Amino acid sequence: MLGLTQYLILSALLFSISVAGIFLNRKNVLLLLMCIELMLLAVNFNFIAFSRFLGDTSGQVFVFFILTVAAAEAAIGLAILIVLFRSKRTINVEDLDVMKG
Amino acid sequence: MENTYLAIVLGPLIAAVIAGLFGRQIGRVGAHTITILAVAVSCALSILVLKGQLIDGDPAYNGTVYTWMVTDGVNMEIGFLVDRLTALMMTVVTFVSLMVHVYTIGYMHDDPGYQRFFSYISLFTFAMLMLVMANNFLQLFFGWEAVGVVSYLLIGFWYTRPTAIFANMKAFLVNRVGDFGFLLGIAAIVHFTGSLDYAEVFTQAESMQGRQIEIFDGLPWSGLTVACICLFIGAMGKSAQVPLHVWLPDSMEGPTPISALIHAATMVTAGVFMVARMSPLFEYSEVALSFVLVIGATTALFTGFLGVVQNDIKRVIAYSTLSQLGYMMVALGASAYAAGIFHLGTHAFFKALLFLAAGSVIIGLHHEQDIRRMGGLKKYMPITYWTSLIGSLALIGFPGTAGFFSKDALIEAVHGATRAGSSYAYWCVLLGVFITALYTFRLFFLVFHGAERIDDDARGHLQESPWVVWVPLVMLAIPSLLIGWPTIGPVLFGDFFGAAIFVLPGNDVLGELGQGFHGAWGFLVHGLTSPVLYLAGAGVGVAWFCYLRRPDLPETLRARFAAVHTLLMNKYYADILVEKIIPKGSTGVGTLFWRIGDVVLIDGAAVNGSAKLVGWAAGVIRYMQTGYLYTYAFAMIIGLSALIGWVLWA
Repeated sequence: MLGLTQYLILSALLFSISVAGIFLNRKNVLLLLMCIELMLLAVNFNFIAFSRFLGDTSGQVFVFFILTVAAAEAAIGLAILIVLFRSKRTINVEDLDVMKG
Repeated sequence: MENTYLAIVLGPLIAAVIAGLFGRQIGRVGAHTITILAVAVSCALSILVLKGQLIDGDPAYNGTVYTWMVTDGVNMEIGFLVDRLTALMMTVVTFVSLMVHVYTIGYMHDDPGYQRFFSYISLFTFAMLMLVMANNFLQLFFGWEAVGVVSYLLIGFWYTRPTAIFANMKAFLVNRVGDFGFLLGIAAIVHFTGSLDYAEVFTQAESMQGRQIEIFDGLPWSGLTVACICLFIGAMGKSAQVPLHVWLPDSMEGPTPISALIHAATMVTAGVFMVARMSPLFEYSEVALSFVLVIGATTALFTGFLGVVQNDIKRVIAYSTLSQLGYMMVALGASAYAAGIFHLGTHAFFKALLFLAAGSVIIGLHHEQDIRRMGGLKKYMPITYWTSLIGSLALIGFPGTAGFFSKDALIEAVHGATRAGSSYAYWCVLLGVFITALYTFRLFFLVFHGAERIDDDARGHLQESPWVVWVPLVMLAIPSLLIGWPTIGPVLFGDFFGAAIFVLPGNDVLGELGQGFHGAWGFLVHGLTSPVLYLAGAGVGVAWFCYLRRPDLPETLRARFAAVHTLLMNKYYADILVEKIIPKGSTGVGTLFWRIGDVVLIDGAAVNGSAKLVGWAAGVIRYMQTGYLYTYAFAMIIGLSALIGWVLWA
């Protein structure tokens, strides 16, 4: 029987992988979006685990909300990405350094 | 009476303003007429006030004319205290001032600054009257500073001469040192008594004695002593006592009438007057009186020596003034206030006379002041000769002259004093008599007797000065000769000053002296047996021998005692101290603070340093803003971790 600890460790692992992906990825903006999605999934994992072990279903309701928002966010993110590609002709992270004052 | 007093004071002020501001419109004659008229009225009214005090027995007047402001319970007022001391001073000041006004018509005849000069001396008369008639410390301070300003203006009257500008700056700065002490003294008085009014302060003198003040940690001083010594430091500046005497000889750069009026007869005696006026305070402080005594005695003797080697006719008399001021201070220090004031009065007459006579000689020789280029003037300028002789005899204390009575009484009084330092003072003033006679008659013989060493050019025009010059000489010669006879009894031993001067019974040296006093004639006879007369005679004898009989002798002596002569010619190096070492030291300290404090610490570290630090920090932090998304995300994560860590473990 798996305990709460194992779920939380899995969730933390997923989260860490996604954070590492954001830092280490120097090539592709698409990967950044995927890492963000993965981060949200890790959070969802936490919600479900706690919901299950505390016997409270409101956690699972939150998960639906988050999945919905994540889907909308992915749509907007991909749209921004396409616009970005049109203007810069690249989605290479190394080339996107315009966010400084 | 209040209107009379106001008229005495304001007359010269109004005349000064008119002559100063409208000098061009009213012309030369207008300027001297209006100022002389105003001072003559002041003089006449002053004599009237003195007569009222002396003969009609008017009570002393003490009243406020105008309240300037009241702050924290301290009244700042303009008021008059007119008692016999004040009345005497007013008469002396206005009389000498009047004589000098008249004399100036002749002396400044060709000067382009004629109206300006009359304006200044009238203004001086106003300031001096304000000083002596004050009934509170604020007005005293006003008069004190005002006479200082006029003195400054007049020393630098010929403002195109660099030496005159140097001298007036020096006088002003040295006086500042004294005035600073004076201001501290007044501040101490206000601190202890909470009042500026004389009468109010004097009633609290005894209680001030018990109050202590710590100037240095763990060294409590009597508050009264501190206040008195501070006030006396002011007097040392104004009355040119050692070591603040250096300005007075240089002040001779000013026109001669000024040397007579301000730097001999009146302003420099302000310190003496002030101490006498403050006698109810000084009496309770033995330490302060000893201080006065020692400073006065040192000045009396050691500045006299300097007069012996000077060759400028006015400077010799200037050093004589210093020495005589020292005598007055000695009298005050010995609690013989009346003797000090008496000497002040007689000195005002004969020293003004000597200065004006010197001025007459200077006019005759077309502004030649070096006594080595004079000699034998007796036959050219008889009136100047005889009046100078009277002045010189009065100065050395020849029996029967005014100077004899005042100086002899003063020396006797010091002899009777028992205060710490009084035996030193006695020997100083006694030896000073010899020195006085020596330099006075050295000057007299070199100018009026002996071989003529005058330029041929000057001899052609040499003649007696015009009447406006010699009339004041004669007018001053009369009191120099005679004023001692009727006044010595009442002023010194009688009840002349009444309550104006306060002496503790134990200190009353003049009272003791008065027990053996039986009239002026008896005093004269007694004077014949004292060493004073013989010392003076010896001084005259030495002067005669050295400068008339054997004129080669001073040269030999000078060569023999070259070290002493150099020391005296350099005025004990006091000028070097004041002009070189102290300013150099101050500028050195200033440069040090500028280089290290200002340039390095403030400009370098504080102002530019903080700017540079910000610039450097910005330069470093700039590299953190890369514009890459992952850098920002990483920073966010780091921040988040730090926050969580802080929440969890703190």
